[in-house]
Amino acid sequence: MAQAQPRPMPRGQNFRGVPKQKVKKGTVKRLLREITHGNLLRLSLVVLCIGVTAAASVSASLFLKSLINDYILPLVQRQTGDFRPLFGALCKMAAIYLAGVLAVYVQNRTMAVVAQGVLKKIRNEMFAHMQTLPIRYFDRRTHGDVMSHYTNDADTLRQMISQTVPQTISSFVTVVAVFISMVATSWHLTIFVILFIAFMFFVTGKVAGQSGKYFVKQQKAIGDVNGYIEEMMNGQKVVKVFCREERVKADFDQKNEELYENTKQANRFANNLGPINNNLGHLQYVLVAILGGVLATRGIGGLNLGAVASFMQLSRSFVMPINQFSQQLNAVVMAMAGAERIFDLMDEQPEQDDGYVTLVNAEKKDGVLTETDRHTGMWAWKHPHGDGTVTYTELKGEVRMFDVDFAYIEGKTVLHNISLYAEPGQKVAFVGATGAGKTTITNLINRFYDIADGKIRYDGININKIRKSDLRRSLGIVLQDVNLFTGTVKENIRYGNLDATDEQIIDAAKKANAHGFISRLPEGYDTMLTSNGANLSQGQRQLISIARAAVADPPVMILDEATSSIDTRTEALVQKGMDALMKGRTVFVIAHRLSTVQNADVIMVLDHGRIIERGTHEMLIAEGGTYAKLYQGAFELE
Amino acid sequence: MIKRLSRCVREYKRASILTPLFVSLEVVMEVLIPYYMGKLLDLGVTVGDMSYILKSGGILVVFCVLSLTFGVLSGKNAATASAGFARNLRHDMFYNVQSYSFSNIDRFSVASLVTRLTTDVTNLQNAYQMIIRIAVRSPMMLVFSLVMAFRVNHRLSLIFLCVLPLLALGLALIVRNAHPIFERVFKTYDVLNRVVSENLHGIRVVKAFVREKHETEKFNTVSEKIYKDFVSAEKLLALNAPLMQFSSYATMLLISWFGAHLIYASGNIPDQGMTTGDLVILISYSMQILSTLMMLSMIFVMLTLSKASAQRIYEVLDETSDLHNPAQPVTQVEDGSIVFDHVSFSYAGDKDKLCLKDASFRIESGQTVGILGATGAGKSTLVQLIPRLYDATEGTVTVGGVDVRDYDLDTLRSKVAMVLQKNVLFSGTIKENLRWGNEDATDEELEEACRLAQADEFIRTFPDGYDTHIEQGGANVSGGQKQRLCIARSILQKPKILILDDSTSAVDTKTDALIRRAFRQSIPDTTKIIIAQRVSSVEHADQIIVLEDGRIDAIGTHETLLASNKIYKEVYDSQTKGGAH
Repeated sequence: MAQAQPRPMPRGQNFRGVPKQKVKKGTVKRLLREITHGNLLRLSLVVLCIGVTAAASVSASLFLKSLINDYILPLVQRQTGDFRPLFGALCKMAAIYLAGVLAVYVQNRTMAVVAQGVLKKIRNEMFAHMQTLPIRYFDRRTHGDVMSHYTNDADTLRQMISQTVPQTISSFVTVVAVFISMVATSWHLTIFVILFIAFMFFVTGKVAGQSGKYFVKQQKAIGDVNGYIEEMMNGQKVVKVFCREERVKADFDQKNEELYENTKQANRFANNLGPINNNLGHLQYVLVAILGGVLATRGIGGLNLGAVASFMQLSRSFVMPINQFSQQLNAVVMAMAGAERIFDLMDEQPEQDDGYVTLVNAEKKDGVLTETDRHTGMWAWKHPHGDGTVTYTELKGEVRMFDVDFAYIEGKTVLHNISLYAEPGQKVAFVGATGAGKTTITNLINRFYDIADGKIRYDGININKIRKSDLRRSLGIVLQDVNLFTGTVKENIRYGNLDATDEQIIDAAKKANAHGFISRLPEGYDTMLTSNGANLSQGQRQLISIARAAVADPPVMILDEATSSIDTRTEALVQKGMDALMKGRTVFVIAHRLSTVQNADVIMVLDHGRIIERGTHEMLIAEGGTYAKLYQGAFELE
Repeated sequence: MIKRLSRCVREYKRASILTPLFVSLEVVMEVLIPYYMGKLLDLGVTVGDMSYILKSGGILVVFCVLSLTFGVLSGKNAATASAGFARNLRHDMFYNVQSYSFSNIDRFSVASLVTRLTTDVTNLQNAYQMIIRIAVRSPMMLVFSLVMAFRVNHRLSLIFLCVLPLLALGLALIVRNAHPIFERVFKTYDVLNRVVSENLHGIRVVKAFVREKHETEKFNTVSEKIYKDFVSAEKLLALNAPLMQFSSYATMLLISWFGAHLIYASGNIPDQGMTTGDLVILISYSMQILSTLMMLSMIFVMLTLSKASAQRIYEVLDETSDLHNPAQPVTQVEDGSIVFDHVSFSYAGDKDKLCLKDASFRIESGQTVGILGATGAGKSTLVQLIPRLYDATEGTVTVGGVDVRDYDLDTLRSKVAMVLQKNVLFSGTIKENLRWGNEDATDEELEEACRLAQADEFIRTFPDGYDTHIEQGGANVSGGQKQRLCIARSILQKPKILILDDSTSAVDTKTDALIRRAFRQSIPDTTKIIIAQRVSSVEHADQIIVLEDGRIDAIGTHETLLASNKIYKEVYDSQTKGGAH
């Protein structure tokens, strides 16, 4: 079941303990470039602010010592009652703090703009690039996978840029500043603190590893449970019809239990990280006090008691940012993996297009085809040549294929030696079992895929020379799976021709036999369609897609009939619409019902990528081959 | 809503109560620790009293161990409680969905049910863990720290009482203003996802109409909106940290200033009042107290965000089946006769919007009956009343001489087999799928049913035969093969009535005819009801019911209808003229 439902990560979920993933080398550099590009000034401001903030917080922790030693204790000893020096010092501190507070505000604000800006840029680039990718790209991936680049991957990036990056910088600044102060106070004790932190990392790593192991199991169990839920919800009516409720419940319970166990364990270890880190921090404080006390009383390392006291304060402000940083580490790894996936998308090769023949408005002046800016209803291929001359060929809609071979996957040829001719205005029908290659042939005409061997000519021009966008504009297409977009009926029809007036849209709808039901909709042409037109019947959606093709008014049409069963009457309506659309155009029909192909100028019967029979309905019936058998109902078409 | 959801706690009540208990104990430790840290610094290190250092250090280590123990215990219980809560939520929802009738199922889309059972449950699980852990921790921390601060020096602690409300007010204002923006952002995110998803689904349309630019512009508009909203929300949130720092710095300065006066007055002698050690302790409490407020405001935001998930889950739990087993159910279906007596039906229960109007007819046991009509004419609606998938709005449906509402549901449905129009195979082997019809069926019975449904032949062409693995939704078999497997599955039920709801639409006419012949020969006593688009599928039936707009237009045989019924003739003509079908 192709479920394209995006599965955004629950917001606020933590990533601690998720197993480490390898990140490609260039990713970090590239991400940094994305972040810094155009933001250098803002980022410098942020770094400056972080400096100020860190300075404020370091001086806050140092101030306490000087407050007591330099101001309060002298006051107490001298008993002068002169509070002015203290007041002065407090004012000075207030100024520093105020600067810190302002800096934090400016930093947060700027970072929000930077993070969201970068995200928007990446998002837009990603989408714009995705539009240039060949159909092949979309074939290889589930929609869910691609969607997750816009949801999960972008979200981890946002978290990283707006939280992790500034926090890391400020942690780093604090750690360096505190470290220098620590070394200056006592290198003996500093060594001890470093050793202790190494020990802390070791313990944390162990716990995180345990947690990670269960997180992987949990992930698998979640997949299992979600898959089961999805399948059962889809088949709920079948479950009821077969009275299988109890069995299904029992199966579900088993999977649910497994998920519970793993979630419990994973969260348990993750929950332990906080208390362990906190209390190890406290333990370190005590140990520093004891060790410092011993050193100071024995006079080792020139330590005095005051120095030990301030070192203890310092060691506390040393551990905190390190803890914070280690907790951010997984977020960084996750974000890098996300960034890598996003960059992979942006690095995908866009559709190749070396075409230089373009489609232009034309008019006949004294029998000579010339280019014009006006919309004349007449079109011409503008063909520039190597010698600087330009020739014009009228757009007629003649398509010829010569010995075309094609493979979706190299080595697995699905079309062999296809040759066909479609004169302007002719109707060519393809008939054959699923997988015979009917749709593939039409996909080659509009260059969704490029042929491996052979040649396709359009109005005598090799289609590889025609610019893709112009080629496709000259071809209309009605696909078997109708895709409508959220918006009004009018907007959906206008998709075929963005410049169409309301009159043209209504004309197209009338031509497609869609006007009748559209007028009966609650708000007519302004009725909103949602979820691919869920509020319409299959037949109605089909009619809208026909109107959409009609408003584009191309000389060549490709019609892929709907496979799903619509009742005979609606089908007749759709058929009428299709017939109207076909008039005066070259048409390729992929037929799923033989009733629609009998009046075709030529019917191609395909089998395993080869044309096995070709001719008119009468000819093929007389031949008594596969088509005749199909016609008599002896074969399954699908 | 809260009441119903909290019923899912059940066996995890113990863990759910123990968690806040251990959290409280942990908080007590964490509040005591800075107190003794201050003492250690003040009375031990500063004066060089080694024995005091060792003594209070020892106390601290004990506290650390206790705090760690409580922390680990609370973490473990919190994990158990929240994972268990989620498990029960899923369990209750899943079980409730199993009790749904068809009309209950119709009210939810499949995608929305899946989201409710997965993502929404995860959201609530996280919220629950937060409530029993952090939502307890922060206020406790606040209270205990305040108590301790007052114990150290009640006059200075009044400063907290001044700053706290101001900070709380500030945070509340920020949250209140930011919250609606965030809600809007998340809605816009949904729009963005929709644009991408529609683009992916319709990528061929986009490319065929050369609308890449148009799509990109559409995307950029939404993207820009998200950017603007997000930035304005985050600009508001950017006030959080500075406000917090401002409060704590202000508190520190105030404590320092007034504290200095008090120390001056006491001469820094513990017995006389305030000391420098007290000052250090108070300042470290000030950080703790104010940061708990910050946590509280964050929790508040997270909880309001999960409110929507809670609502969606509640809707699933609150939906009760509208079909009930009777008190004294009939557990035996006599035969396959069916009587509709002035039956009307509306999906919404609304008598103005009837999908089936005043249907009356009689089917004898063992008859073959065809039903024909346009999409929306009420064909599926009609047959779904027979196994009581829905209850008739008016009139009575009788099977085997008994009102369907008097049967035990399982009895009725096992004797009235229904091959649904939108049918589903499940992941598993062909055998496993077939056994849905009858768990105890022997291999011979399976093969027999498949021969009847003309499925045996193609199953044998698969390398693994009956053990071939079917992918989810039956993706690896063709439409016609899937339909035949579904028919075989229903035949295995050995039903008294077999209903085929457009179940051979993808099967070629020849095979279709073979299936019908097999039915006639092998299960002559079973009543067969066939809904079809093709006249050829029903023309040999004992009776054919023609439906139009929910009304029975005519009942008769092929010959009588062809002669007298306009709709039937119209359909017949269109299909014979078309030739193929």
